[in-house]
Amino acid sequence: MPVASIGAGVGAGLAAIGAGIGIGRIGGSSLEAAARQPELYGKLFTLMIVAAALVEGVAFFAVVVAMGAK
Amino acid sequence: MAKHIFKFLVLAIFLVGYNNLQAQHGHHEGDAQHEAAATAHEEGQAGEDAKYDPTELINHHISDSHDYKFDLPFFEKTFHLPVILWTKNGLTVFSSGAFEGDEHGEKVVEKNGQKFVRIHDIIAYKDAVKEHTKPEDIAMSQRPLDFSITKNVVSLFLTFLALFIVLMLVKKSYTDKKVPKGIASFIEPLIVFIRDDVAKENIGPKYEKFVPFLLTVFFFILFANLFGLIPFSPFGYNLTGNILVTFVLAIIVFIITNLHGTKDYWLHILWPPGVPVILKPFIALIELLGIFTKPFALMIRLFANIFAGHTIILTFVTMIFVAKSWSVPPLAGFATIFMYISELLVAFLQAYVFTLLSAIYFGMAVKEEAH
Repeated sequence: MPVASIGAGVGAGLAAIGAGIGIGRIGGSSLEAAARQPELYGKLFTLMIVAAALVEGVAFFAVVVAMGAK
Repeated sequence: MAKHIFKFLVLAIFLVGYNNLQAQHGHHEGDAQHEAAATAHEEGQAGEDAKYDPTELINHHISDSHDYKFDLPFFEKTFHLPVILWTKNGLTVFSSGAFEGDEHGEKVVEKNGQKFVRIHDIIAYKDAVKEHTKPEDIAMSQRPLDFSITKNVVSLFLTFLALFIVLMLVKKSYTDKKVPKGIASFIEPLIVFIRDDVAKENIGPKYEKFVPFLLTVFFFILFANLFGLIPFSPFGYNLTGNILVTFVLAIIVFIITNLHGTKDYWLHILWPPGVPVILKPFIALIELLGIFTKPFALMIRLFANIFAGHTIILTFVTMIFVAKSWSVPPLAGFATIFMYISELLVAFLQAYVFTLLSAIYFGMAVKEEAH
């Protein structure tokens, strides 16, 4: 089923782009925030990891769905 | 001194393993290559075949199995694990050696008045499936319920055993004397970290009853992830990269969260405050869905991270055998080492994220606030 495979690949790729933008923004913003207030770094790091995990979770949903569509 | 000897021995085990596997494969492309060849070898001898199928090799590693293969250079043996089936005629137990290594439904095993065949890692009734059936096409009615002690179950026991030994040593060092020694001084910061930065921070004043669970789940995932990265038997398994294992972990989190739900928690879900009355049923519907999507996301996150990590490492390794060119192995070797290092980070990070998110969900459930 080549069409389905192409669809799965493109879908997973789009999800990866979205997750890349998301994690990039999270990382950039937390870096900025840490530069402004270094004393809050510990707290910011936890928040950053949680937010990144949530974004990543969405990307993985897409990957798993794409794997199922294969 | 003992420390140096230990370090040397660990290094020696790795190098001996790699060198021997290297020789078996007949590759001589430098240090990075050793590791790659070892991993490839460990996942099956497909490398020697004329027709090389990387997909099958990777699937073989990722999936469960009824045999446990040891292929260390000085110890090569396949352990046949017990097959425990709940069939139409009741409980049936036999050794997986009865299949004689066949995974394509050719060898028929007759036990308890029934005939079984094995297709990949699925055991099915002989009469129900046609020849050359694909494993994903086998319906539940065509196969018995499989409660076998499979490779994953053995890996689970191994992880549990290691966890038990290490944590008992830690416990012992506290009963003997006040200052932690040896492995306890390594584990203590992690325990304190989970208790203070994860549990206390996110759950609030009632954190204490959740700490044992959070510590258990953290160390279980961490150990399983790290053992899964050690590239030789009996390690190198794919335990947390199995969706059933993460499913059970997520179910436990789901049950604990909802059993500890306070009045406030359920009010927030069923009659969300601060929302116009017309919207309340819709928000409640989304919140109700949220109860299930949160553990579902936990399950998928851990599974997909470890699964993807193992797949990528193996993909880099198999690239060498697919390309058959002198320029690929160094690149693939470096890529493999890079992925290995990033997987070390992921192993810790995913254990941390799973624990942290569990703690946050518990915190949501037990929080009592006046609105």
